[in-house]
Amino acid sequence: MMWFAVLAGTAGCYALKYVGSIIPAHILEQPIVKRIVLLLPISLLSALVAVQTFATSQSLTLDARVPALAAATVALKFKTPFILIVLIAAVTAATLRYFGLAS
Amino acid sequence: MNTTQTEWNDARRQIVGNAASIGFAVAMYGVSFGALGTTTGLSIPQTMALSLLMFTGASQFTLVSTLASGGTALTAVIASWLMGTRNAAYSMRMTPILKTSGPGRLVAVQLTIDESTAMGLAQDEEAFEGRASRLAFWATGLSVYLLWNLATFIGAVSVSAIGDPKSFGLDAAIAAGLFALVWPQIKSRTDLSVAFGGALIALALTPVVPPGVPVLAAAIVAVIVGWVTGRKLS
Repeated sequence: MMWFAVLAGTAGCYALKYVGSIIPAHILEQPIVKRIVLLLPISLLSALVAVQTFATSQSLTLDARVPALAAATVALKFKTPFILIVLIAAVTAATLRYFGLAS
Repeated sequence: MNTTQTEWNDARRQIVGNAASIGFAVAMYGVSFGALGTTTGLSIPQTMALSLLMFTGASQFTLVSTLASGGTALTAVIASWLMGTRNAAYSMRMTPILKTSGPGRLVAVQLTIDESTAMGLAQDEEAFEGRASRLAFWATGLSVYLLWNLATFIGAVSVSAIGDPKSFGLDAAIAAGLFALVWPQIKSRTDLSVAFGGALIALALTPVVPPGVPVLAAAIVAVIVGWVTGRKLS
């Protein structure tokens, strides 16, 4: 039962990615398809960032992640190296939580 | 050594460093995943199989938590597929950049996840004849793969995790990391509206549909905007 879930889940997840990789180049080269494929990661990753910042399971929340992302945004504006941006966000959220200023 | 070579060495060092730091941030969640797996009725081999074979964190967490909350195996499987659907869009986008074939393609497919795609696309696609994008994808994919699996194992065998990753701010760190990788991809007003549109749709749907669906639904923005702007070009 558990092995069924593990293996069937795995097979499906791999198949989804594989299908994406075998779409023939001439289809991907069509202007409309090309534009859509270019924009897809932007919309999906932006949505993911939004959900990772404002959502807790199925509710929208304002917690320590919001100021952390705000701090990261300021850092991004100043062309801060990647690792520092990640650290600034982590330290902001961890500090606010440690002092009980945000959940 | 010529200038291009020096520039490439610098770029390479930076990309590999960034890939390693993403790997470490994600790994902390791997410990949680390992602990969650073995505390909700999966054996250590089953928990490890998910990280080694499924290797897409969101799907893994969804599968395990659906089982833990009393869902049937079939519900858990379908929920994990739903979570993994966005990876199909990622591999559509990455395959022409990676220029892989045969076994290399199969490995690249396995490593196609949020982090590796975001890192690959955050590089200038033309830089160093595409080598920057390819290195960013492979280095991030491998770094996350190794550290995620090592972390899963540690979590699975030690059960009690190192603590809540949230207390280290790692949830915010991962969101900020992805944000920093989406940022350079936004090069026009159209890109910006797609980013905002996707984010808003996902947030609007969060309270009403199961987790995973909101992010997937954001694809509709790319489809509509891509259709409209692509038609003007053709």
